Amino acid sequence: MPQDVTALQLVLSGDPALFAIVRLSLYVSLSAVVLAALIGIPLGAWIALTKFPGRQGVIVLLNALMGLPPVVVGLAVYLALSRSGPLGAFGLLFTPRAMIIAQTVLVTPIIAALTRQTIEDLWIEYRDELTAMNLGPIGRVTALIWDARFSLVTALLAGFGRAAAEVGAIIIVGGNIEGFTRTMTTAIALETSKGDLPLAVGLGLVLIAIVIAVNALAWTARRAGERLAG
Amino acid sequence: MRAPSSELPIEFDGVTVTAGVVTILDDIALALVPGPPTVLIGPNGSGKSTLLRVAMGLLAPTRGRITWGGLENVPPLRRAIVFQRPAMLRRSAAANIRFALRAAGIPRAEHARRTVELLELVGLSHLADRAARRLSGGEQQRLALARALARDPVVLFLDEPTASLDPTATKAVEDIIRAVSERNIKVVMATHDLGEARRLAGDVVMLHRGRIAETGAAASFFEMPQTVEAKTFLAGELLV
Amino acid sequence: MNMLTRRLIIAATAGFVFAGHAVAQEKSIVVASTTSTQDSGLFGHILPMFKAKTGIDVKVVAQGTGQALDTARRGDADVVFVHAKLAEEKFLSEGFGVKRYPVMYNDFILIGPKGDPAGIKGSKDIVAALGAIKAKGADFISRGDKSGTNQAELNLWKVAGIDIAKDKGPWYKEIGQGMGAALNTASASNGYVLADRGTWLSFKNRGDLAIAVEGDKRLFNQYGVMLVNPEKHPSVKKDLGQQLIDWLVSSEGQKAIADYKINGEQLFYPNANDSGA
Repeated sequence: MPQDVTALQLVLSGDPALFAIVRLSLYVSLSAVVLAALIGIPLGAWIALTKFPGRQGVIVLLNALMGLPPVVVGLAVYLALSRSGPLGAFGLLFTPRAMIIAQTVLVTPIIAALTRQTIEDLWIEYRDELTAMNLGPIGRVTALIWDARFSLVTALLAGFGRAAAEVGAIIIVGGNIEGFTRTMTTAIALETSKGDLPLAVGLGLVLIAIVIAVNALAWTARRAGERLAG
Repeated sequence: MRAPSSELPIEFDGVTVTAGVVTILDDIALALVPGPPTVLIGPNGSGKSTLLRVAMGLLAPTRGRITWGGLENVPPLRRAIVFQRPAMLRRSAAANIRFALRAAGIPRAEHARRTVELLELVGLSHLADRAARRLSGGEQQRLALARALARDPVVLFLDEPTASLDPTATKAVEDIIRAVSERNIKVVMATHDLGEARRLAGDVVMLHRGRIAETGAAASFFEMPQTVEAKTFLAGELLV
Repeated sequence: MNMLTRRLIIAATAGFVFAGHAVAQEKSIVVASTTSTQDSGLFGHILPMFKAKTGIDVKVVAQGTGQALDTARRGDADVVFVHAKLAEEKFLSEGFGVKRYPVMYNDFILIGPKGDPAGIKGSKDIVAALGAIKAKGADFISRGDKSGTNQAELNLWKVAGIDIAKDKGPWYKEIGQGMGAALNTASASNGYVLADRGTWLSFKNRGDLAIAVEGDKRLFNQYGVMLVNPEKHPSVKKDLGQQLIDWLVSSEGQKAIADYKINGEQLFYPNANDSGA
């Protein structure tokens, strides 16, 4: 890593080490959001549409889990994936996959809770029509999820924002290994603690730019939704 | 031309619907048979909407039973309903119709043709790709009609379809209802607009406080109401 | 999409996540080491040489010494490379390590504000210096994280005859973090801190800090490397791990260590042939 170079120079010159870190961050967080969506959207929709004993309690719990502290998730996943832990045989600790798993655990409640809210609101509106059309449970769920697509995309972007910004979970399960499990946030933590601020600031700029871009995307998605589908 | 099916006649046998201590429908005995439109009239709260829902199969009676073509528990395959404020899916008008076609199990190969036909029937061809939620009240009502007709129904229920529409839109909807009835689709419609009832009804069923006050062919009902309730209502007085 | 497609995607994704170890097993090992060693930049200098020679990719997980040894105990590392001889020997006696090889040493230095409130600048006596710091109640930053540096610090207080656990005052600040963080805190609050020379040489945020005490033999910091015992954890890559150890103590590895310099200054002194180390 070049020593006395300013943050902006690193970003603008396309410093390969910096962008390798950025690529890894995006790979980990995007993968986590995809997995979290595959689990969270059907789960949220199911909770929204099914009556079962303890449903209100589950909803409260799901909303509370949106605020899971990342370090706690990191510790739990670390204990699970360690060679001395139940899933140790897979040898996943200190790899990008472990980071994806940890962030998936972190983001799934967010997507599930927001999906549940959106689908439940939509169901109240669509219930009569969808019932009158004699749709089975799968038909209803797919209709609701498709119609809620713009709100769900916003939920996914919220999940991505959370994943991309956290450091506590991935630093524990990833080990912050140079060139392997070092992402933007863990690199910022490391470089700051070493007193190497230009690189930390450069990474911070890129991270903020990504967060802004994600929010702009979310806003555009809502607007497109309103324009296209009303 | 509609072949006879198992939906009709729809027979109410001692149907009562209660919610807690409130009785919404009280011991209804009624037969809806093929033919000209049957119009349900009566003051607000008399149970018209509930009766339609029970006939559609959306609501189960608390007591009594209802049969379709002599059978109980018939799923609503050839029945359709248009609600007073229909919910529009967050898609285009044409996509709403296609959704209804799919839900009704119409083969995919037929979708394009039928969508065009239905849009034309309800006069919305020029708005096929407009977002359904951005249509006017009257246009949404017509789209809801198209969606209902996409199911190829034998009987079509309508719950006060023109209640919130201006006269132009009301006329458009009533024209469609007439056209539907001419295709031998049984229309069962609730309205609180007596003029509309006169315009469209073949038979009239008047409800008052959850009970049937009077029924009859339209001509005789409007000319010579028999009961006190019917006379009061037709005279335009408040029926309490 | 329908339920079957959705289920297939879930299965495929789960498979991708969990079957990773069956795919592309390039030669690699995990070394648990310390943040101060990592921060010194030594690994960045010597490990590429090792990889060029053997093709083995060394993944360094840098933690505090206590955590590094714990990671090794759990079998999550193949090799452990730290600088706390007592803790390492305990690790061996517990059966978690195969053999301890001395590798190199560096030294600790006492860093302090240029204003020198304890009046110890230029001293070669670390014990006297610590006594002065306590007497004057000058701010002292301790890592407090069970690391090798932390243990060395605690040891020096003991040698100075001070029971720091009992006699510490508000001047003694335990931050529970690594060397870089401790230096940052010392820089921000103008306090004294015991650091390893390597981290100090690479540290950029010095503020008003400078070296106060150095050269005392008691400040020497010995590094040892151990292979995690495959009998305790069969998943340990013992052949690849041993190759790293053999290289570190070989004349080639030792020379690579000696050649690592920051601003022309050597940081680590190889002493693998010093059997008493």
